[in-house]
Amino acid sequence: MPTAVLETGERETYLNREYGIKSWLLTVDHKRIALLYLMGITFFFFIGGFFALLIRLELLTPAGDLVQADTYNKLFTMHGQIMVFFFLIPAVPAVLGNFLIPIMIGAKDLAFPRINLLSWYLYIIGGLLMVYTILNGGVDTGWTFYTPLSTEFLKTNVVTAALAVFVSGFSSILTGLNFIVTIHRMRAPGMTWNRLPLFVWAHYATSIIQVLGTPVVAIAIVLVALERVLHLGIFNPALGGDPLLFQHLFWFYSHPAVYIMILPGMGIISEIVCCFSRKRIFGYKAMALALLGIAVVGFLVWAHHMFVAGISLYAAMIFSLLSYFVAVPSAIKVFNWTSTMYKGSITYQTPMLYAFGFIGLFTMGGLTGLFLACLGIDVHVTDTYFVVAHFHYIMVGGMVMAYLGGMHFWWPKISGKMYPEGWGRLAALLVFVGFNLTFFPQFILGYMGMPRRYWDYSHSPEFQILNVLSTAGATILAVGYLLPMVYFLWSMRYGKPAPDNPWNAAGLEWMIPSPPPTFNFEHEPVVTWEAYNYDEIKEEVPVAH
Amino acid sequence: MFQSMPLWPPRASTLANNVDALYIFLIVVSALMSFAIFIMVIFFAVRYRRQPGRRAEQIDGSHALEITWSIIPFCVFMVFFGWGARIYFQERKPPQDSAEIYTVAKQWMWKFEHMEGQREINELHVPVGRDVKMIMTSQDVIHSFFVPAFRIKQDVLPGRYTVAWFHPTKAGTYHLFCAEYCGTSHSGMVGSVVVMEPKDYEAWMGGGGTQPLAVTGQQLFAQLGCATCHRQDTQGRGPNLVGIYNKPVLLEDGRTVVADDNYIRESILQPAAKVVNGFKPLMPTFQGQISDEQLNALVAYVKSLSQASGQTGGKSMAAATAQPQM
Amino acid sequence: MPTSTVNHEAHENPALLHHFATAEQQKDAASLGMWLFLITEIMFFGGMFCAYLVYRYWYFGDFAAGSSSLNLTLGTVNTIVLIGSSLTVALAVRCAQVGNKKAIVVNLVLTILLGLAFLGIKAKEYKDKFDEHHIPGQSSFFLEGHIPRHPDTPVNQRHAQIYFSLYFAMTGMHALHMIIGVGLFAFLTWKAMKGTYGPGYYTPLENGGLYWHFVDIVWIYLFPLLYLIDRHP
Repeated sequence: MPTAVLETGERETYLNREYGIKSWLLTVDHKRIALLYLMGITFFFFIGGFFALLIRLELLTPAGDLVQADTYNKLFTMHGQIMVFFFLIPAVPAVLGNFLIPIMIGAKDLAFPRINLLSWYLYIIGGLLMVYTILNGGVDTGWTFYTPLSTEFLKTNVVTAALAVFVSGFSSILTGLNFIVTIHRMRAPGMTWNRLPLFVWAHYATSIIQVLGTPVVAIAIVLVALERVLHLGIFNPALGGDPLLFQHLFWFYSHPAVYIMILPGMGIISEIVCCFSRKRIFGYKAMALALLGIAVVGFLVWAHHMFVAGISLYAAMIFSLLSYFVAVPSAIKVFNWTSTMYKGSITYQTPMLYAFGFIGLFTMGGLTGLFLACLGIDVHVTDTYFVVAHFHYIMVGGMVMAYLGGMHFWWPKISGKMYPEGWGRLAALLVFVGFNLTFFPQFILGYMGMPRRYWDYSHSPEFQILNVLSTAGATILAVGYLLPMVYFLWSMRYGKPAPDNPWNAAGLEWMIPSPPPTFNFEHEPVVTWEAYNYDEIKEEVPVAH
Repeated sequence: MFQSMPLWPPRASTLANNVDALYIFLIVVSALMSFAIFIMVIFFAVRYRRQPGRRAEQIDGSHALEITWSIIPFCVFMVFFGWGARIYFQERKPPQDSAEIYTVAKQWMWKFEHMEGQREINELHVPVGRDVKMIMTSQDVIHSFFVPAFRIKQDVLPGRYTVAWFHPTKAGTYHLFCAEYCGTSHSGMVGSVVVMEPKDYEAWMGGGGTQPLAVTGQQLFAQLGCATCHRQDTQGRGPNLVGIYNKPVLLEDGRTVVADDNYIRESILQPAAKVVNGFKPLMPTFQGQISDEQLNALVAYVKSLSQASGQTGGKSMAAATAQPQM
Repeated sequence: MPTSTVNHEAHENPALLHHFATAEQQKDAASLGMWLFLITEIMFFGGMFCAYLVYRYWYFGDFAAGSSSLNLTLGTVNTIVLIGSSLTVALAVRCAQVGNKKAIVVNLVLTILLGLAFLGIKAKEYKDKFDEHHIPGQSSFFLEGHIPRHPDTPVNQRHAQIYFSLYFAMTGMHALHMIIGVGLFAFLTWKAMKGTYGPGYYTPLENGGLYWHFVDIVWIYLFPLLYLIDRHP
């Protein structure tokens, strides 16, 4: 197939087509926008991670001796806000989703490229508001903004933090909207719904949640900001309002938000497991339906965050029951990934190592979710480190590992270079070990009764040993995260040039050059094969590059 | 090593044993499920690693398997749900004869008031072997009353009462934590629950020289002029309050509500919200004029007006151990 | 890989963007996008409607008192104005469909004028509220009078403030969407004056119209919920 060639004789790619900052800041190319997002989310990941490190250092000793109480409260608040809104929610969709979805469905770009750029600008504006909040003294509401604490009692930058979240929320809504329309309307001939890679299905399900859920937290945040500025009483009992109303509006989004965070990761794992087992996914239809099922049922369980908040006994029972329903499709996915490996031809490249880690850690995180859905146990462990451990198992053990797995898997396609495999495996191992050491002790800490958001636990020195283990793990984890930063950057200059299909993987993205040309395909492809057609691909994964 | 590194808090209430049993059950089932997955993943990863001459075998799926591994976990989950719901149901329903302790939480301390009048700050004395019901409110933001040894937790809200109850089974001193982030000294809002053997508890109670909460309430009732309208006959401009606690009340707009703690509290702070049928909305509001502690005393007094007729309500620790009158 | 041999219309239709294969695909995508956006708007306003529902149930009398303090005449006029503007929007789209380019501009301008009239009347209402000390959160807030049909029951000022908080939040958010709509239609008018829209291409008019109709429908819910609580002739 003829490829476009520049005047220099080089093959045209989306990277070399145009140089200069304007060509990046005004780009409408989904691949460049993905890289713009990559810079933003990496920046925020390290800031949020730095705050986490400070938190863990403070918790090494029972006394609050590293930072002041107010500072600590700001650290955990902003760690949460940054990680949730500026890293976890955008990371996979805005980087990998943006880059890959058009290519995977055989399109030249997303349906609305300019709205895609707008999404990025909204993310950046929200991010700048967040940076301003940090530099102007921080905010200490907890990422959950509970009223009346956030509206009446704190003197910190609540409104700017709320605005930061609000603006970035619109970035998320527009990305979701863009993906839904793209997947509906831009598929190449022959790319039927049943032939879509699960990565695309996962983003479709995610986008539904983004579009339906985010506006609700947006209005909740607006009302909090208005209440704070204008002294309204919508959530303030002293003025006739109800603080639980805020909690309902907040969690109506924030529970589905956790599915926004994990579903794209699940899509990545399906791609990786299939490639490195050389098999099509076990139970394609079940996997796609499970994604949709999680998205839909995920909207019905929000009050499981409020079992001790003062809701009625019967409401609690209903939400507990529904929470068990949503666990079933997640379980199905784990079983299906495992079954995909059965009778495969498995190799252990870095993406697959991350996939192994994901399956194990997501299983543990998901099972501990069952503890939390269980009313009798939740009363004891809610608002303790048990919850912290649970969600970090899913978000970090699950989502971040999936993200890193995906970044390694598609790095050759994105950058045109191979990352150093040995370092990749080392980093994966460090992340896995560091992660478990950091968060497993927290389950025990939580059941023992250590509440979350505690700066000082000098009244309970028995909590110290587990905190020390946790902090030790965090330092290992930090190294595991820094390594890819370093070697990905290194590879951009010194890495081996990547072939079109370094993994001999299935999927349209592997049929175009690495890095891709600006318009992805020379001619619109016509798809005549099923997803994961590893039966038709004769080659195995190349051993070394 | 394990002596000094416990895995769970002491079990000091009837609830603790139930919760721990359920917890251990969940751990066992979860461990089995996760080990099954881990072992399969590792086994498959090794057994089906790439070998020369062998290709992967394509398997589309299996309806039978999908159904099986949907239904079996679902059934297991329903067991988790049912057992947990049963415990929670008991946890949310304080026994009728519980002794009551009023709690006012504020940034950053816990204030307790026993019915006999003892006031405590950050330290709560209770006896072994009796049901205790905490009637709690907050003066400012949302806090949460958490006693790990009892396995209970309940958010404490401004503007209304929430309730938690427990039945201590073992003497000792146990942690009390605030478990809902409430600002700067959230981690300093800690205290202890001191569970005493009954006779030690009597001794501690006797040393107070305090006035029962309901008597304080009675004095306030007179001082604030409540008695002028709320007479104990039918002549008053306000309803007779004798015997109303936990009984249904017909309101002027046709609704019927139960006169529980929150109803009495609301009627003092926002009298026009629920006007009793046949009466005019004449009662002035006491919002902002009385403290939370005074409010608790008034509520305790009104509840005590229902005790004489044999109904429960506003029970002191002594009354809670007396034999039933009937 | 197999490729398609579709003859792209790129060169014939200047409105066709490069990443779409056909004009029809572009139109479908744009419509679906706008409908999805409107669904997000429903969820956005939905949060406030939810808060309204809860508090109206709890504080019905005070909500009725607050509602009766609104100017029913101005509210009704505004409703008619807005419905009228939806008519002119629909007419603008129709004109495009039949190729009456001059009339498109006329109808768009009328829409903008009606929209501005709505905003002007709203501003007057807000000013009235300010003059009457019905702004929530201000220490000077006072809603005089009693609960409708309950002459003995005075208004609970705290609950009335919640009514007005929701009144301003909901109508304010609506007005913000109107302002954005007016700006959007100014842009569409400019494009229409250049002759961009005709029977072959009027997607932006249609989608802009959808947005405007949505904002109209929100008002049609807001009007009875805010202005007509427990009103009796």
